[in-house]
Amino acid sequence: MDVVETLLPGVGRRYEFELEDRQRLCIVSTRDDHYIVSTFDRDDPDVGRTLFELEEEEAITMAEILGAPRIAVKLADLSREIPGLASEQVEISAGSRFDGKSLGDTQLRTRTGSSVVALVRDDRVLASPEPGQDLVGGDVLVVIGTSEGIAKARAILEAQ
Amino acid sequence: MSAQPALIAVAAPGIADLLLEFGLVLFVLGILGGLSRRVGVSPVPLYLLAGLILGEGGVVGLDASTGFLRVGAELGLILLLLTLGLEFSADEFASVLRRHIPSGVLDFVLNATPGAVAGWLLLDSWVGALVMAGVTWVSSSGIVARVVHDLGRLANRETPAVLGVLVLEDVVMAAYLPLVAVVVAGGSAAAVVIAVSASVTAVLVVLLGSHYFGERIGTRLTDAEDEQVLLRVLGITLVVAGLTTLLDASAAVGAFVVGLALTGQAAARSRALLSPLRDLFAAVFFVSFGLSVDPSTLPPVLLAASLLAVITLVTKVLTGWYAAGRDGAGPRGRMRAGLVLAARGEFAVVIAGLAVAAGYEDAGPLTAAYVLILAVASPILARFADWFAIPFLPKPVAA
Repeated sequence: MDVVETLLPGVGRRYEFELEDRQRLCIVSTRDDHYIVSTFDRDDPDVGRTLFELEEEEAITMAEILGAPRIAVKLADLSREIPGLASEQVEISAGSRFDGKSLGDTQLRTRTGSSVVALVRDDRVLASPEPGQDLVGGDVLVVIGTSEGIAKARAILEAQ
Repeated sequence: MSAQPALIAVAAPGIADLLLEFGLVLFVLGILGGLSRRVGVSPVPLYLLAGLILGEGGVVGLDASTGFLRVGAELGLILLLLTLGLEFSADEFASVLRRHIPSGVLDFVLNATPGAVAGWLLLDSWVGALVMAGVTWVSSSGIVARVVHDLGRLANRETPAVLGVLVLEDVVMAAYLPLVAVVVAGGSAAAVVIAVSASVTAVLVVLLGSHYFGERIGTRLTDAEDEQVLLRVLGITLVVAGLTTLLDASAAVGAFVVGLALTGQAAARSRALLSPLRDLFAAVFFVSFGLSVDPSTLPPVLLAASLLAVITLVTKVLTGWYAAGRDGAGPRGRMRAGLVLAARGEFAVVIAGLAVAAGYEDAGPLTAAYVLILAVASPILARFADWFAIPFLPKPVAA
């Protein structure tokens, strides 16, 4: 799908795309994480008619329902807000030594101080997975911690 | 029992008068601001009016607090430009440059020319022409952004063009303001070239630097409690503004450059922390400009200011019409873009303020009257833009 992204200087970003039924949808995301979703006026196709507006939390909820990728981005934003905290995604490759093991087996928290806050499998997101959670090749772990901690975690998870 | 020195008693003489006057000014502004929000007009013209009424030759005639207001106005100017710089990132500027260079050029040619002619004729000098060219050229980012937001036009097709024109104008100000500052101070041609090229270089370096290292510098600076972030950012801004003033290049440019240097999270935090301070001192800045103008000098320039306002309203509409057309907007969108851009405000006052401070006092009343007219008229006309676009709509095809 063709999404036209335009920067709105001083405001945020504007995304526009065409729906199946030829209606156009426009989403303005402001810098303070406010979202305005609109369609265009029938009579004047340049005028956005607001369908609904979402605050940050509401947008996250909606994104959770609609799809997973948004969450990883949000986590990255979160880690930017807390000084010294970083977040990264680490993939468990097929044939990794943790393929088939449980999350607890990695002992990430004890060995690196960083935590796995989400597990992305296919297009589903498991938020705060338990230590008993099984790992399968292709899983993506969202790891939060200090940059050194994450680097160590990556080394452990990616070691063959 | 040892005698404690009575702190209150040793307060400087006249402090009571100052507090009373300043308090009165703020209170009046608060009421006017509330009124302006209710009727949907920018508070800028009302602040100017308040300054005219309160000042010398006006109804009240403040005097105890004028020294303090002068310092407050300088802070207001610095904070206005700092927060303006915080609004933009290098990426946004680059994207606007790719799309809207021709719009920016047309904007300059159409809108600076009437001002230059008026300045030449009415203020009788080429310095006057230079100053008035800036006054009529630059739209008010504050008013325009506010109106676009209030009228719910963020999603509209013409909006990226509108904001794009504002960005171009604001960034070009980094070269124009030092030019005016040096010229009105009677600097030599060499001084003009040095001041302008120094500030243009500073802006380019900062834009590039913030693109590559901005996140790191910003995090270093704003990795702390609110209070410390506020003090650090404000402190650095004032130091840089002070340095640029030493170089005769207007404190405003230094503040703008600091604002540009901060991006991302650092900019977001600084914006949130500084905006109440900005609101306070920007109000003082506008009032102080009003104070510097004797109301009795307004009636003689009213006709000229109105004529200039009408002409530059039309030229701004043409600018917006062209810019929005480049983004594929139809006649109504193009008219909306033009009428909303026609608002002149803070920059016109900033430019005229430089001239007045340097002794070109005639620029004051003309600009005050001009800004009063367009800052009020443009947001009102913008509301009814669709109506003005009717003559330009394609005729309905008979079935």
